[in-house]
Amino acid sequence: MTDDKDVLRDVWFGRIPTCFTLYQDEITEREAEPYYLLLPRVSYLTLVTDKVKKHFQKVMRQEDISEMWFEYEGTPLKWHYPIGLLFDLLASSSALPWNIIVHFKSFPEKDLLHCPSKDAIEAHFMSCIKEADALKHKSQVINEMQKKDHKQLWMGLQNDRFDQFWAINRKLMEYPAEENGFRYIPFRIYQTTTERPFIQKLFRPVAVDGQLQTLGDLLREVCPSAVAPEDGEKKNQVMIHGIEPMLETPLQWLSEHLSYPDNFLHISVIPQPTD
Amino acid sequence: MAEDPESVLQLPPSAVAAGGEGLGELSPETATPEPPSAAVSPGTEEPAGDTKKKIDVLLKAVGDTPIMKTKKWAVERTRTIQGLIDFIKKFLKLVASEQLFIYVNQSFAPSPDQEVGTLYECFGSDGKLVLHYCKSQAWG
Repeated sequence: MTDDKDVLRDVWFGRIPTCFTLYQDEITEREAEPYYLLLPRVSYLTLVTDKVKKHFQKVMRQEDISEMWFEYEGTPLKWHYPIGLLFDLLASSSALPWNIIVHFKSFPEKDLLHCPSKDAIEAHFMSCIKEADALKHKSQVINEMQKKDHKQLWMGLQNDRFDQFWAINRKLMEYPAEENGFRYIPFRIYQTTTERPFIQKLFRPVAVDGQLQTLGDLLREVCPSAVAPEDGEKKNQVMIHGIEPMLETPLQWLSEHLSYPDNFLHISVIPQPTD
Repeated sequence: MAEDPESVLQLPPSAVAAGGEGLGELSPETATPEPPSAAVSPGTEEPAGDTKKKIDVLLKAVGDTPIMKTKKWAVERTRTIQGLIDFIKKFLKLVASEQLFIYVNQSFAPSPDQEVGTLYECFGSDGKLVLHYCKSQAWG
């Protein structure tokens, strides 16, 4: 048996081979070659694409460049969603590499948040962690940390340092020995079939009768359309980090091992591929 | 308490969408209402808890940010934090370029596209969601 802790490493180092192509209507002075990159699943698009920006700006005039944004098959990609979530939700059934279109004009104001600097990503990331800890520990753990610990979480993510990040993050994964888990599980369920951003509710890892709640229990309660009836045909895939965890998996285990660095379980419910 | 005004006012969608370009971007009209299968039960006046279509939001100013005379508002569940920010800025007559931050639990700033209904379900208490607003970054 491998150690469960290995899972943390596998999740952290998950990569998506990606091909960035400049949008056809962008004005360039010479031809823009596509740019290939392995994107870390747990990071954010605007945090890991400085090289993409530089690459395309080389062939463009300064006056044709404004805030860079990304699109996949017509859908603008939200930088404030983790990369792995965007891929699972929008592109998991298509062939690799992931073909992302790069734009420097016509920023889709109603679909995307602006990302003026790395500080904006840091603020968003820390806010998510705080929200998650409010659910897990009534904010006690995050509030007891020092400013430098908060910084270490962020720097760990920014610099892709697993050990640096987990040295602090493990504290956010602890819970009192007399409990069998967190107070509530921080999760978000995303579907492409609805316009709503995501489903997020209060859900405890342990039922009143003391039984551990599973991924299936969660889905049946807050997103019943995601799970097929006992004898019915499977219509959806329930995906986290590119895999379909068994619905019998305890939610507490998932929260400790398959959460993104922001401490949320980002769960994609996508239509079952037909082929 | 001073924070409970006599009347609960409706937050008219038009108050945010009207005038001022850019405000309409994330206005509730563009947000999709909850599917009819969800807990919404039309016809009932004020069903308890989850089933209410609108939720009560209590807005509290932080630091030197101007207070709002009316603090308690009935807000559509599908309204986003950005929609609320735009509304407060308009209400306080702040200029568009001024920043406004909204906090939950005096701890974290939900992202602008988050829906107040979701925040209410996770962080509401005593039938209302308390939000603090501030012209500068107050927490974290």
